[in-house]
Amino acid sequence: MERAVLLKSPYLTYEGKILSAKMIGKEEKYFKIVLKGGRLLDFEPGQFLMVAIPGVGEAPVSISSSPSQVGYFELVVRKVGTLTSAMHKLEEGDQVGIRGPMGVGFPIQILEGSDLLFVAGGLGIIPLRSLINYAIDNRRDFGKVSILLGCKTPENLLFNDELDTWGKRLDVNFSCIVDRAAPDWKGNVGLITSLIPGVNLDSERTFAIVVGPPIMYKFVIAELLKKKIPESQIYVSLERHMKCGIGYCGHCQMGGIYCCKNGPVFQYSKIKNNIEAF
Amino acid sequence: MEQYVVLNKNDFDDFIDILAKLQKLVAPVKRGEKNYAFDEVTSSSEIALKYIPTILPPKKYFLPQNETLVEYNKKQNKREGTLYSEPLTIFGVHTCDLAGIQCLNIVFSDRPMDANYNLRKKKILVIGLECNEYCDEYASCALMHNQYPNGGYDLFFTELENKFIIHVNTLSGEELIKKMGMIKPASEEDMKGLEQLRIKKRKIFKPEIDISYSNLHPLFEKSFNNDVWNDIGNRCLSCTNCTNVCPTCYCYDMGYDTDLDMNSGSLIRKWDSCQSRPFATVAGGESFRPERAARQRHRYMRKFNYAFDKYNRYFCTGCGRCSRTCMAKINLKETINTLIKTVKAEK
Repeated sequence: MERAVLLKSPYLTYEGKILSAKMIGKEEKYFKIVLKGGRLLDFEPGQFLMVAIPGVGEAPVSISSSPSQVGYFELVVRKVGTLTSAMHKLEEGDQVGIRGPMGVGFPIQILEGSDLLFVAGGLGIIPLRSLINYAIDNRRDFGKVSILLGCKTPENLLFNDELDTWGKRLDVNFSCIVDRAAPDWKGNVGLITSLIPGVNLDSERTFAIVVGPPIMYKFVIAELLKKKIPESQIYVSLERHMKCGIGYCGHCQMGGIYCCKNGPVFQYSKIKNNIEAF
Repeated sequence: MEQYVVLNKNDFDDFIDILAKLQKLVAPVKRGEKNYAFDEVTSSSEIALKYIPTILPPKKYFLPQNETLVEYNKKQNKREGTLYSEPLTIFGVHTCDLAGIQCLNIVFSDRPMDANYNLRKKKILVIGLECNEYCDEYASCALMHNQYPNGGYDLFFTELENKFIIHVNTLSGEELIKKMGMIKPASEEDMKGLEQLRIKKRKIFKPEIDISYSNLHPLFEKSFNNDVWNDIGNRCLSCTNCTNVCPTCYCYDMGYDTDLDMNSGSLIRKWDSCQSRPFATVAGGESFRPERAARQRHRYMRKFNYAFDKYNRYFCTGCGRCSRTCMAKINLKETINTLIKTVKAEK
């Protein structure tokens, strides 16, 4: 066998340096990363990265920061598997391999000028935060901005400082709901679907962007359709098992399409008939 | 006419001797009763000229079961995209497997380019071999239009009594022929013989299932909720044999292989199968194709529905390997026949 070094390979990683790392939830760790050599990560909100730790593995991770924050990017990972457990051991100054950005992000050009209704369930806030902060950083370019956030308990809330800011801003409608809470919780208790009927929206000019656990989509989308939001104005971001991130390896396939390459962001009208999507 | 040349069978031994000396040569060899495999050969006596589809298709040379993609060294802070390959001649590839290689080529011609596949492919010389007779009851090559050569080779051999008629399809094939002193141009009589064989084959190779090639795609489009998937799912053992032996299955896993020094190692690509439950399971434990029925349906849809939408061709070559190897006797021809009956009945 002859060995050849490939000048270009989609499996090669860039070197990322961790600028800061901290736990921001019970099981969620936050990382602020720069690419070495001054390389900028040119991404759209909603795109993801393959994060690699040589000797351990690779996993797809959503970019949580907005591209309007230049010079670095942020990732937040829950400790659930091999790679994320290894990532949780990384600290400031450590290195991590980065491939990407991968996939199709949220359609900023289509969303511009319209009202935005964000619906985030659980960890769905991590990728959605990229678009929310993009919209806030470019606030004039969008109509009304409403954010609905649901999670299990108040202790599971991430980005608490940012949530406070969103809640205080006059140009953002922010509502939060938890499945269950101690008696001292002053906020809403219930399912995220219960927040949707109360949202004051103009269905013609509203785009709903929904990210959450697989079980959530069916119920949230049903509520959005009741509010007469057209199917073509609902966008979702889906999670699947991914290995290559570039549309070959087959793990993320849903029907005839690849979540990593054709998604992870999809227009609901385009995939509602895909038998493996929801 | 000069595209066709002739090799007398008396010279076949010499031809293979020269071929094996030029670069590594692999060909079908007999492994047991109705059991063949592509393996390295150095002389013609090792080659099985009459064989039914090998256990694994020649895809193993294009997309190896284990392959290094990247090598890293932490201390040296080094990462390199790596390709291990060698010049190779594959002799005796049947038309079904040529179609399989063409399917893989189409998949990997996408962007971003998978350099490992595409650079390795360039080092492989493909010599096809015509099936003069039908192999067995599992094949459906006539249904899939793969009983005759349809490109994808450098040279193509057809056995005619005491000689081989060779179709020279590429410049690489022509250059190889030039190195072989014993090869002569084909005469008109040779060409007639080839034509007669193909006419004779029409009577032997008949569509195995009563459905037209173009109607397969609409049949599968209408079959998502068919009961046949539950029936197959109940029998399936998730052993993943069907996908491993399929000439067009290319799904893969990627993982790190670390050296004992814990410093260097490589990123390895391995064959994977949609038939195993972990295939579509994410780290949190959510499985997106938990039932065997859904996984079998996915396999069939990839062959007859999704690929047709995406590449305008089926990813079933009709080689019959999946049915031949299935421990639960899940049979592709039976499945399609059931679909034809039940989808019609639903109307």
